[in-house]
Amino acid sequence: MRVLFPFFTVIVLVLLAFAGVKMANLHFLFGVIIPYAAITVFIAGFIYRVVGWGRSPVPFRIPTTCGQMESFPWIKQNKLENPSTTLGVIGRMLLEVLFFRSLFRNIKTEFREGPKFSYGSDKWLWMAGLAFHWSFLIILIRHLRFFFLKVPYLIHVTESLDSFLQIGAPLFYITDALILGAVTFLVLRRFLIPQVKYISLAADYFPLFLILTIAATGVLMRYFSKVHIVGVKELAMGLVSFSPAVPEGIGVLFYIHLFLVCVLFAYFPFSKLMHMGGVFLSPTRNLANNNRAVRHINPWNYPVHVHTYEEYEDDFREKMKKAGLPVEKE
Amino acid sequence: MAKGPNKEELSKLDYTLPSTEWMDTPVEFKPGTFCWGAKGKNLQTVEFPNARDWTPVEDDWKLPQEWEGTVLEAMADRLSKYRSFKLFMDICVRCGACADKCHFYIGSGDPKNMPVLRAELMRSVYRKYFTTPGKILGRLAGARELNVDVLKEWWYYFFQCTECRRCSVFCPYGIDQAEITMMGREFLNLLGLNTDWISGPVANCYMKGNHLGLEPHAIMNSIEGMIDDIETITGIRINPSFNRKGAEILFVTPSGDLFADPGTFTAMGYMMLFHELGLDYTWSTYASEGGNFGFFTSNEMAKRLNAKIYAEAKRLGVKYIIGGECGHMWRVLTQYMDTWNGPADFLEVPVSPITGTRFENSKSIKMIHVAEFTADLIKHGKLKLDPSRNDNLKLTYHDSCNVARGMGMMEEPRYIIKNVCNNFYEMPEDTIREKTFCCGSGTGLNASENMELRMRGGLPRANAVKYVHEKHGVNMLANICAIDRATLKASMEYWVPQVSVTGLHELVANALIMTGEKERETNLRGEPLPGKEGN
Repeated sequence: MRVLFPFFTVIVLVLLAFAGVKMANLHFLFGVIIPYAAITVFIAGFIYRVVGWGRSPVPFRIPTTCGQMESFPWIKQNKLENPSTTLGVIGRMLLEVLFFRSLFRNIKTEFREGPKFSYGSDKWLWMAGLAFHWSFLIILIRHLRFFFLKVPYLIHVTESLDSFLQIGAPLFYITDALILGAVTFLVLRRFLIPQVKYISLAADYFPLFLILTIAATGVLMRYFSKVHIVGVKELAMGLVSFSPAVPEGIGVLFYIHLFLVCVLFAYFPFSKLMHMGGVFLSPTRNLANNNRAVRHINPWNYPVHVHTYEEYEDDFREKMKKAGLPVEKE
Repeated sequence: MAKGPNKEELSKLDYTLPSTEWMDTPVEFKPGTFCWGAKGKNLQTVEFPNARDWTPVEDDWKLPQEWEGTVLEAMADRLSKYRSFKLFMDICVRCGACADKCHFYIGSGDPKNMPVLRAELMRSVYRKYFTTPGKILGRLAGARELNVDVLKEWWYYFFQCTECRRCSVFCPYGIDQAEITMMGREFLNLLGLNTDWISGPVANCYMKGNHLGLEPHAIMNSIEGMIDDIETITGIRINPSFNRKGAEILFVTPSGDLFADPGTFTAMGYMMLFHELGLDYTWSTYASEGGNFGFFTSNEMAKRLNAKIYAEAKRLGVKYIIGGECGHMWRVLTQYMDTWNGPADFLEVPVSPITGTRFENSKSIKMIHVAEFTADLIKHGKLKLDPSRNDNLKLTYHDSCNVARGMGMMEEPRYIIKNVCNNFYEMPEDTIREKTFCCGSGTGLNASENMELRMRGGLPRANAVKYVHEKHGVNMLANICAIDRATLKASMEYWVPQVSVTGLHELVANALIMTGEKERETNLRGEPLPGKEGN
């Protein structure tokens, strides 16, 4: 169920787009209305979620310190793993967001008879994660060319870097292979590693299947089953200039691709994919470890009932006097 | 440990998963893996709800009416109060990087001890009542209803997490299981579901000032005994003061240091060092606990216990506070105390009276760690040390979880060790510093009825000790945590009996050449010093 449901959901989505465009001729629905709706849901939903998190305060400054703290001048602080300044925090967050620093630390615990444990470096998840996320970003940047009349320089540079191998026509993009490979790896590990399989939910398989299908349809369109690319650009320009028009004869594969992308965007804010926004807000990473030097304020800090010294002395006065301890009240 | 868990059985680890999905696998209360339930009288002392005696293995937990509502209301409240909690409920992608990082999972093979799954125990309920997909899709969205079985599962597994934060080091989003465990325990405490081993010390600490329930004269007696021992060993009679107004420094350490060895040797170490320096300090019998079992209960209880430290510092009129060797104590002091009970504007920025070093990194909380204090002394050459007195030791050092991951004090203790001991060997790098393994018995799990759990949880640490024991002949495990001193002792006796356990300042005091001391024949344990074995 946890695998099959998301799997068939993606198939149904593909069929839906196919039937809608090919049989019911709902080009305007799939080409204009759904994309507008999806992007609206994405933006509004994303903001809603981030604001929702932001509304809960951070009562305590709780960084997970992963290196030497700020100490004496003669002890070297690890300014990135245990930052005490905003600059250090920015550095730590950049490493985390751009290079998945914490995942890079990953080690594999191995058990042998004895009992004996050994710990080995295990960078596969880190590599696949990095390959997947960076490929996704670069592909997204490449796709922006559809939304500009004159394609900006930055996109040209991205494209030429991505295709520097200079293989085939149209030129082969490295990120196309990377994303397919990385997502396949991420799916396979959920199937093959028993522990990961055990913890996986439908919500873990669905985005993987969805993204895999999006990437696959994209690759199909570019290299194998060409669609009317000028029409796609026209459609995109119409969308971005708020004067949508649906050109004839783009090809159904494109609509399937577009529909799945829309589903991904609309699904995004309601899913674990929000880790994209959440990673920036994580209090164990985005705070400086300067608690002892700078007081952190908890907005809901409230007075509590304590057992005062006076009450304590009342309980033990005679014993204290007998032991020679000074007392406040004789 | 004749009656302890079967070592052979514990050495056979099986990571095979149950054939049923985790939601369909009922929790099984295995003897030796959980603590007794809290006693009514101890809950009453701190005005906690549903105070009554109860037993975890009995079917009826004597829960209050409408308990589900109580939990869900509290959950809504904490979600609105803690960004960490809300975020950590939402953003986990179940990548599994945390799974084999937990000492309880490594040592037990129970999949619900994978941090990700332990968190899902809570998330599944969160989804059901607080997210739209969970409300609509139910189990398909990983959601489930809160019922008695779920509650019992929470209790079992949230008291199988020591909030050591090792998982959060490896999580790509910094998700910290400790935050989730803390919430879980907070909810459980609303229903009177603490453990006896935690609620007893909490009640003690609240009324008597320390976890052990030592009354003022008992504290003094305990210290008197140590002073006698120090005199026997060094020929010097030291004279510490208690509850003394006008002292420059208030000294607070975990009460475990006053109670049993090897903690008592550490306490002797502090006193010998302070005496040699002529430090103007006082103990307090009211704030006689550095640790905080309230922290393993609820945020509010932790604050209530912690309040005594600043209150006593203010009453006595000291300038600043020095804290002893303890793990969770230092996470509480570093990340919580000032926020709860500060600002400590009646104190001054700590300045070492011996070296003049101003502790700028503590200018707000006005409390410094005794290891920083000592490291600074050694750096300035203020101590006469003879490390050869520790030559019988081959030492390794265990980073306490909280000091490593909730503070980041890693070099100071090592600097001290290298100056007071000639033979020091590090354990493998994946088991020390920020990747250090828990002793297996933190967060109030150091009871005796759950010995199997403790030995399982302590296995990864013990295994790394065993490695350096076999490779370098290490025979002593140093640490800066009172719970470690008690629990690693048990875990070493069980897994690596050739290795003993020591606090840092025991080593310092052994090496410390005190003014006017007689020629020392023995170390603080009464064992002959190296070279004096024949005497």
